[in-house]
Amino acid sequence: MAVLNVNGKSLEANADPRTPLLWVLRDTLGLTGTKYGCGIAQCGACTVLIDGVATRSCQVPLSSVGRKKITTIEGLAQGGTLTKIQQAWVDLDVPQCGYCQSGMIMAVTALLASKPQPTDDDINAAITNICRCGTYKQVREAIHAVAKA
Amino acid sequence: MTIQTSLGRRHFLVSGAAVAGGFSLGFRIPFDEGAAQAAEVKEVNAWVVIHPDDKVVIRIARSEMGQGTLTGLAQLVAEELECDWSKVTTEYPTPGENLRRNRVWRNFSTGGSRGIRESNEYVREGGAVAREMLIAAAAAEWKVPAGECTAADSVVTHTPSGRKLGYGHLAAAAARLDPPKQVKLKDPKDWKLIGKPLKRLDTREKVNGSQIYGIDFRLPNMLVATVKACPVPGGKLKSHDAAKVEKMPGVKKVVAIDGNAVVVVADTYWNAHTALAALPVEWDTGKFGDVQQDAITAMLKEGLDASEAFIGNKAGDAKAAIAGAAKKVEATYAFPWQYHATMEPMNATALYTPEKCEVWCGTQNGEAALAVAAEAAELPVAKCDVYKLMLGGGFGRRGRSDYVRQAVLVAKQMPGTPVKLIWSREEDATHCQYHPTTMCKLTGGLDASGKLVGLQVRISGQSILASLFPQSLQNGKDPATFQGLQPGGPEAAFGYEVPNLLIDHAMRNPHIPAGFWRGVNVNQNAIYVECFMDELAEAAGQDPLAFRLGMLKPKYATVLKAAAEKAGYGKPLPEGHHHGIAQVMGYGSYVAGVAEVSVSDDGTLRMHKITAATDPGYGVNPWLIDRQVAGSFVYGLSAALYGEITVKDGAVEQTNFDSYNVMRIDEMPEVAVALVPSGGFWGGVGEPTIAVAAPAVLNGIYKATGKRVRELPLMNQNLKKGA
Repeated sequence: MAVLNVNGKSLEANADPRTPLLWVLRDTLGLTGTKYGCGIAQCGACTVLIDGVATRSCQVPLSSVGRKKITTIEGLAQGGTLTKIQQAWVDLDVPQCGYCQSGMIMAVTALLASKPQPTDDDINAAITNICRCGTYKQVREAIHAVAKA
Repeated sequence: MTIQTSLGRRHFLVSGAAVAGGFSLGFRIPFDEGAAQAAEVKEVNAWVVIHPDDKVVIRIARSEMGQGTLTGLAQLVAEELECDWSKVTTEYPTPGENLRRNRVWRNFSTGGSRGIRESNEYVREGGAVAREMLIAAAAAEWKVPAGECTAADSVVTHTPSGRKLGYGHLAAAAARLDPPKQVKLKDPKDWKLIGKPLKRLDTREKVNGSQIYGIDFRLPNMLVATVKACPVPGGKLKSHDAAKVEKMPGVKKVVAIDGNAVVVVADTYWNAHTALAALPVEWDTGKFGDVQQDAITAMLKEGLDASEAFIGNKAGDAKAAIAGAAKKVEATYAFPWQYHATMEPMNATALYTPEKCEVWCGTQNGEAALAVAAEAAELPVAKCDVYKLMLGGGFGRRGRSDYVRQAVLVAKQMPGTPVKLIWSREEDATHCQYHPTTMCKLTGGLDASGKLVGLQVRISGQSILASLFPQSLQNGKDPATFQGLQPGGPEAAFGYEVPNLLIDHAMRNPHIPAGFWRGVNVNQNAIYVECFMDELAEAAGQDPLAFRLGMLKPKYATVLKAAAEKAGYGKPLPEGHHHGIAQVMGYGSYVAGVAEVSVSDDGTLRMHKITAATDPGYGVNPWLIDRQVAGSFVYGLSAALYGEITVKDGAVEQTNFDSYNVMRIDEMPEVAVALVPSGGFWGGVGEPTIAVAAPAVLNGIYKATGKRVRELPLMNQNLKKGA
């Protein structure tokens, strides 16, 4: 039985140590905001923060997590108040189907924490998440809107 | 978004699961609220439910998959209902309820950009009928003639006395009235909500992780399954050794279904996935097991010159006109299979008992999913239902119900236990109904003045109808093959006036199944014709825009000019930048695109900007149309840059995003949209713009490099200078 530090809470996770964090979050802890898209760290739908670093949770075995701080999409808003990034996503209606947006928002959260005023090149380098609806235009606009605010 | 209200009991179960799963973390299944009072709230009519607190629930039959149809359709109902938009929410009725109520919500199918253009009239009528009933209820309460009352912002006003009553107060009385037999819809000039850039109704839950997609759905005691079907279409399961994995962690059952697939059912996805990977399986790949890509390419090539073909569009005598022309131009293009690659892989949850079968899933076609579920369950349709959940992308893929069938077949072997079947990405990539592959030979004849006097377009390749609905072929012909090339009609007509024209199709159907892929056959047909138009323009010594405008019908020309103007076509561009143009009519809308591209000496393509113009007749929500256009460009350009499914030993070779690459943000061009609705008709906006993306870019590439790219994807082409 592993005890994980997820969104500021200690949670028990009874799963095989080789299980990817993605599936521990989804199936064991019921945190389904983190999505499965490819299982090979290509698409970024499963992105979470591990000690603040945007990480593709499909490639992180449970055994490697220990007590590192995990933040999922459910852990961003505090008391129902969205983060500035989430709010920008709402203001600009970034999501279409929305399936990739949890991972997208987590990746952007990490980017803006390290670079509050990213250039387009910074965005291109850091945001490699796949969106098949094609929200990239609105994602870029929303990132710049947060940086300007 | 809430799920329809007649299922209160089920939703208490669902919310129970949510509490067990993660309620303490602030996680919430969004559709549990309101279930308790749902039973007391009466609908005004099938489309409109109004709660005592004035909350308006608009029922939406079509499926939301990102395109914004929940919002757009709600706008149409609310326009006539005269309700307060800030109080509007939406819910899905179930396909089963639709059948029980004599299909009061009509068509659930969501594809072909038909959501708004096909249903706008009857959903507006639904809103208008409810409004009239609310007015009648107020008039009855005041004992005044209904004609003295007006409705606006969820309030009925008795004009002579100034008295007012809110919809929440009136709803219960209105619900008891007979609906008016006839209602008059508003004149477009009086619209308050239609045409306004209103924000989506479904965004907030998509940014905080609370939106439940099919893959997220849970029921108490639910098990999770994953499937592996024969990699070669038409192949069979020869044998599998269940005993080898039955003792693995979490594994509950190993089952074979349909004679062509094995499924592991376990407590979690990962345990099911791990056991399935370890399961020894032997396939009988059948008669297609040795088919290679070369043979498929050869099959299509042969069709380019075959003597027999189905005629899709004909005027005059193209062959004779070309034979007698001063100049003849000929080119052959090819378009490979494409995979939808929805971000959410296929999945469905089924609960079967001998008395009942229920399915929860994302689907673009709820009624078809219901029919498939009933057939798989071997139960009457009346004993089954499908509860629609949010789709993590559709793009045509979720119009099929193969994954629903599989989920029910598995659940049927475990009566009373809900089973969620999830396809791995690899299963999803290799068991699709792909965008059909075709080739096209175009031959044009120009007279001495450079006028196009004859055009022959021979398509060779796959038919979607032959693959999915062979019963719908018309004496063997698939009319959908000619999308965008049709002689007339409101749907996808060819825009050029060419005196001598022959467009035909030599149907060649490889064994890989074809299906509807966002944009469908308009996509490659626009590439063929629009790239060839540039070839013809060059041979005629004319600018591509002027050459087109000389032949285009008025609405097409207006839209192309709007795009050219917005893009600054013909004006100086930065050094090394070039404009390529394209236009098409599809899904009832006229669209055009101008791509600004550059290609460096080492062959690196940069797409700087794409400008679109769209005439959908009436544009319901410009904010959403803007997003559909930008998204359409991503979908079309992903295919143009990278999209290619190939076959080896009868099976699809690409298995995941490492072998089927798609566009990411770094390649996203700037997008500008000129929305030029001319009124008087309703066109779709979810798909048509896809088709102009690739030809506009390819035409720009030619200007930049002098290279005509006639085979996609671009990743296989060398654009390097001198190469």
